[in-house]
Amino acid sequence: MNETIPLIRTENLTMRFGGVVANDNITFSLREMELRCLIGPNGAGKSTFFKSLTGQQIPTSGSISFRGQPIAGKLPHQIARMGIGIKTQVPNVFNGLSVREHFWLAARRKSMPKELIRTVDEILDLTRLGDVADRIVGTLSHGQRQWVEIGTVLAAKPELILLDEPAAGMTDEETFRTADIIRDINRTRAIVVVEHDMAFIRQIAKTVTVFHQGRVLMEDTVDAVLADQRVRDIYLGKKVAA
Amino acid sequence: MTKNTALLAQLAALVVVIVLIALVPGYFEIFTVMQLTLFASMAVLALSLAFIWGFGGILSFGQTAFFGLGAYAYAVAAINFQDSTPAIACAILVPALFAVALGYFTFYGRISDVYFGVITLTVTLILFNVANSTSGQEYHIGDAQLGGFNGMPAVPTFNAPFDPSTPLYPEQGWYVTAGALVAVYILLRVLLAGRFGRIVVAVKENETRASLLGYDPRLIKLVAFTIGGAIAGLAGALYVNWGAFISPNAFSLSLSAEIIIWVTVGGLGTLIGPVIGAVLIEYIVSSIGSQQVVNANLVLGAVLLFFVLLLRRGLVPSLQLVVVELWHRARRAPRPKAEPSAAATPAGSK
Amino acid sequence: MDIYLILGLNVLNGVASLFLLCVGLAIIFGMMKIVNLAHGEFIMLGAYATVVATNAGVNIWISMLVISPLFVGLVGLVIERFLIRYLYGRLVDSMLATWGLSLLITGIVTTIFGNTIKGVQTPLGGFQVGGYSSSYYNLFIFAMALVVIAIVLVVMRYTRLGLIARATMQNPGMSAALGINPDRVYMLTFAAGAALTGLAGGLIAPVSGITPGMGAAYVAKAFITVVGGGTAILSGSLAASSLFGSIDQIGSYLTTPVYGQVIVFTTAIILIRLLPQGISGRFFKGQL
Repeated sequence: MNETIPLIRTENLTMRFGGVVANDNITFSLREMELRCLIGPNGAGKSTFFKSLTGQQIPTSGSISFRGQPIAGKLPHQIARMGIGIKTQVPNVFNGLSVREHFWLAARRKSMPKELIRTVDEILDLTRLGDVADRIVGTLSHGQRQWVEIGTVLAAKPELILLDEPAAGMTDEETFRTADIIRDINRTRAIVVVEHDMAFIRQIAKTVTVFHQGRVLMEDTVDAVLADQRVRDIYLGKKVAA
Repeated sequence: MTKNTALLAQLAALVVVIVLIALVPGYFEIFTVMQLTLFASMAVLALSLAFIWGFGGILSFGQTAFFGLGAYAYAVAAINFQDSTPAIACAILVPALFAVALGYFTFYGRISDVYFGVITLTVTLILFNVANSTSGQEYHIGDAQLGGFNGMPAVPTFNAPFDPSTPLYPEQGWYVTAGALVAVYILLRVLLAGRFGRIVVAVKENETRASLLGYDPRLIKLVAFTIGGAIAGLAGALYVNWGAFISPNAFSLSLSAEIIIWVTVGGLGTLIGPVIGAVLIEYIVSSIGSQQVVNANLVLGAVLLFFVLLLRRGLVPSLQLVVVELWHRARRAPRPKAEPSAAATPAGSK
Repeated sequence: MDIYLILGLNVLNGVASLFLLCVGLAIIFGMMKIVNLAHGEFIMLGAYATVVATNAGVNIWISMLVISPLFVGLVGLVIERFLIRYLYGRLVDSMLATWGLSLLITGIVTTIFGNTIKGVQTPLGGFQVGGYSSSYYNLFIFAMALVVIAIVLVVMRYTRLGLIARATMQNPGMSAALGINPDRVYMLTFAAGAALTGLAGGLIAPVSGITPGMGAAYVAKAFITVVGGGTAILSGSLAASSLFGSIDQIGSYLTTPVYGQVIVFTTAIILIRLLPQGISGRFFKGQL
């Protein structure tokens, strides 16, 4: 693989909603196998950015390329087939299907029939949802539904995984385990994580990109970012110190 | 119940149904057999909507468009070929192709649910109007006069496959119609148990999630809608075979409403429910028609309102809940946490 | 030349009738997002109210302009209290329930009056344009459409009630926080929409066949007009009724009335496909 081509790259990506500029001229690049954290206060444009990357909305201007191929304007399912998986901010699951069916639906595209059952079992193990594998997801707790969605994304074996607040609503122990899992997955593929929990970010991140008011404020190592006065200012009152 | 015993129970039920179908002509008078034939063809029509609405989440207010097209396609082909075999194929193909065109137009145009309802309703009205305005000699397809609002009388009924000289007796017509009902039911069950079925339900449950997993919701809906159109078309052919007659009323809005009532009453998200709903409602309507005391519309309207407001799950899922409840009480076991299945969650209640 | 004058009058009449027939629905759908499939039956009830009252000796103008809107408005109020208010936010259920309601109303009217009823005479008489005749009543319908536009405009823009209604439609939670009771606003809006529909029914009573099933002929027409028009109640339904009314009349003139309808329906479907937000969503954003 040519090392100079980034896994995903956006150039001057801009998304406007009426008069509101949700993403303003974002140029962003991620290498293969990289683990990147996006931080920024609510409304900084992180989820909007994810929506453009996954085709849920078409950017007003600018370009997105995935391994050098332009993807802006492609439909969500086409982008998903190219290998981008996303866990969205609001739990986005099939409430009427069982946990097993979720993983099966996700794994079916990439796995041969023989490995399909194995993949599903692996993901059930990983997410510790084996006991509720045949329960209808609509009847599970919020935390469990988070895991269902994370597992569904993983089962699809995407090349790039976008996680929008994966630890939201989880207990400390679960958050810790999520960080573990993320590091584990990162051994084979690239991940971008949006999170507010700084302890979580310290645990997993190498490089952090800070979004503020629709723009990229800075991009540096986790220590440099957390030491930065501007970042402290925009996060005033949040648990930066943690 | 394990999977195997469940499968066995279903096979046993199937055998019972087939035996019952075989016994009907021996036990009932010809009038009743004809009546049951009509109900069976309506039940096939009910299955078409049960599938696309209950499992595909596509609420078509104009399922009669496909029913009527199937009926007219059958009538025109049967008159021209003087053989029902290719005519039945036409009755399935023509509405299926129409469903592809209409589905492509709407699903790929990202038309929302309400607008989809309005469009299907309007399309049905267009067909109704067109069919009504075909009176006069100049409106014919081959040898078949379309006949405007009078419709087409004396349409050839079913004959033995590829043998026009051997028309089927009404009893045989019953076997064919009831057999078609069972076949369509089994086909849909197999379809829903398999890969495609899961994907269809997934798209119904959450279109965004399905597309983020790489499934194209437009295509999945299009295929489901087309299958529904083909089944409704088959129902149209069965209906013409029953009465040897077709009129623009096959496209009527009141029939469209009835299909929705069958599915709502029987239970959205099941297949057997709408079949029961169709037979029950049609039986009630025909009983009302013969005694002229209460108005059929009044009863249908009241029934629909009752189910939408008070028994949203419909008969079959409600009955299932009651049975499960009694079962647990009988065993004095504490009731497990409510686990509504996919089937018991009405698509419209989200 | 005369034929074009008459055709022009017919177009005006077609547009005005369509607007009157759909404005009540536009208010209910645009403001409350309730798809009222019993709209056709509201029209039918308005027509029956006029016919029954006039046949009982009431002056026809009073029947049409007072009794029909009052009666159907009251019916709407009752229906909102006993049915519709349980269905807010349940779009599909509201469609199913109102369809059930439409069958129920049709059934009740059939039970009471049978399948036919003696109609009323068209008032005002006719006039001649060259070799063609038209009636003053057509001009009256056009005038009534203008009156209704004026009333809706004034109520929505210049009264407290209109402001509250507009605010509630934009954001029910916010206006509840301001101390407005959305429940009451919805109730009154539904009743007002029903009353306007009753008025339309009364107005078409002298010029159409009155049967319990007549509503079915109007519901689809009214719906495609409202959907084609989009969310802006007045400008949307005006634009869509102008478009569809003209196409209907001109199409009927060039072919037959049946094909005129087919042309309208086909145009509407294509329009909805091209402009899913309706005409007003594209051209009159944020207007009334």
